[in-house]
Amino acid sequence: MATQQTQLLARTLLTPAVALLFIWMIVPLALTIYFATLHYNLLDPGSETFVGLENFRYFLTDPAFLASLQNTLVLVGSVLAITILLGVPLALLLDQQVVGLSIVRLMVIAPFFVMPTVSALVWKNLLMHPVSGLFAWIAHLFGLPAIDWFNDAPLFSVILIVAWQWLPFATLILLTALQSLDEEQKEAAEMDGASAVSTFIYITLPHLARPITVVILIETIFLLTVFAEIFVTTGGGPGLQTTNIAFLIYSQALIQYDVGSASAGGLVAVVLANIVAFFLVRIVGRNLEA
Amino acid sequence: MARMVTTQRKVISTVAAWLVGFLIFFPILWMVLASFKTELEAFAIPPSFLFFHWTTENYVTVQERSDYFHHALNSIIIAGGSTLIAMLIAIPAAWSMAFSPTKRTKDILLWMLSTKMMPPVGVMVPIYLIYRNFGLLDTRTGLVLILCLGNLPIVVWMLFTYFKEIPKDILEAARMDGATIGRELVYVLTPMAVPGLASTMLLNLILAWNEAFWTLNLSTLEAAPLTVFIASYSSPEGLFWAKLSAASTLAIAPILVLGWFSQRQLVRGLTFGAVK
Repeated sequence: MATQQTQLLARTLLTPAVALLFIWMIVPLALTIYFATLHYNLLDPGSETFVGLENFRYFLTDPAFLASLQNTLVLVGSVLAITILLGVPLALLLDQQVVGLSIVRLMVIAPFFVMPTVSALVWKNLLMHPVSGLFAWIAHLFGLPAIDWFNDAPLFSVILIVAWQWLPFATLILLTALQSLDEEQKEAAEMDGASAVSTFIYITLPHLARPITVVILIETIFLLTVFAEIFVTTGGGPGLQTTNIAFLIYSQALIQYDVGSASAGGLVAVVLANIVAFFLVRIVGRNLEA
Repeated sequence: MARMVTTQRKVISTVAAWLVGFLIFFPILWMVLASFKTELEAFAIPPSFLFFHWTTENYVTVQERSDYFHHALNSIIIAGGSTLIAMLIAIPAAWSMAFSPTKRTKDILLWMLSTKMMPPVGVMVPIYLIYRNFGLLDTRTGLVLILCLGNLPIVVWMLFTYFKEIPKDILEAARMDGATIGRELVYVLTPMAVPGLASTMLLNLILAWNEAFWTLNLSTLEAAPLTVFIASYSSPEGLFWAKLSAASTLAIAPILVLGWFSQRQLVRGLTFGAVK
């Protein structure tokens, strides 16, 4: 029975977390909106003037914006495709009876725990280096020319690294979901003479629909703002070839010191993320009631 | 009941799983091997896989030349500090929502989740300027603060899902026996909550340790944790791959061990309980 006293206590306990998160969300966001309407360059202090929506016009019509938007979408889309298309079969494989499964699972999950700067530099220098990287040596073994990954296919190289980091996440979530699938249902299907393929299509895949959606939404939120991997490998280049929205905003803020334009860009990023967040929050909310 | 599986099928899945597992793990293994090579051997072609001159010299050099321990200590303070503070704020909040839910509890939880959806880059400019004006740039305090706020929603959520699983009947029984709220907390709730608290802390430590947006943008030297320290190897001043590998191995080893212990919690924490 909740008495008035416990209700008061409950509210008191809840307040610090809510207040902190509220400030954390509202203050920077309000400032971003405010800065976005100013002509404000850190190299030219004291010259702040109100320019209305000028920064948005500048940011959205900047050719760099379209290029980075495209790079962002290609990056997010490719990593999602790779992690789901490889993650589903991998999770199915790990759901089989495998000798030494716990060790295999440790090896598969490991990349997720490697800090982004480490994975990016290890891939760039030890594996993808055009002269002394391992990939170059393997290509040489097969008599193929070595690929200069970060010059010939910079965005693809970044995609490979990020996909390697996120494949374990997709696999682990799908595996967790598979393990909650009712064994008897599969058994019954087998006894009725269903082939492995139709068991997969009619029983396993529908069961995976929700976890796959969750993986897509959560990965998208994180992938929209991939930063460290680009920061340490390509610095957004060559040209704008690996500049995504996050990196573009970073370079406008901390390299060109253009606070106004970077803020306008930040708001564009917030809107993009919110479109995804809307769907994720609805799915999680539905789960909360069940 | 486990299904009967033919030996042949078991052999095939075992071989395939080990092969794929090894491939995925290989970059990490390769890095660890490189850390024990000399710089010359680290970029030799053809590469030597096991039969090279094993040396621990890189590990010594990394510490001597770049003060590895200073950055490792920063990582420990920043990840540990932000986790502890987040727990202190989140435990009462999650406890309150799990045991005295109101009509608004669901909305509050979802609103907290939505703050995690905000891309850091969207608020980078004001945070950077506020930090500059308050002298928080390149300080451990500044990083503890931002990582604590950034991970708070995940911590509250995880704790909430754990607290939710504690049967309420036990609380009522304790109350019937005349236990006060204080005693109830210490003797009844805490022992049941420990596993949940531990896994929440573990996941949060991992996330904070590997965080590489705020740490890269808000720290340079003094407060720089390992993420930033490793990034300094990206400038191509000569080929320091063996040393990069040694520094990287040291940087990821503790978290890899912690991470392996927390696989299940990872799923729960990062999906906000949507997949269990």
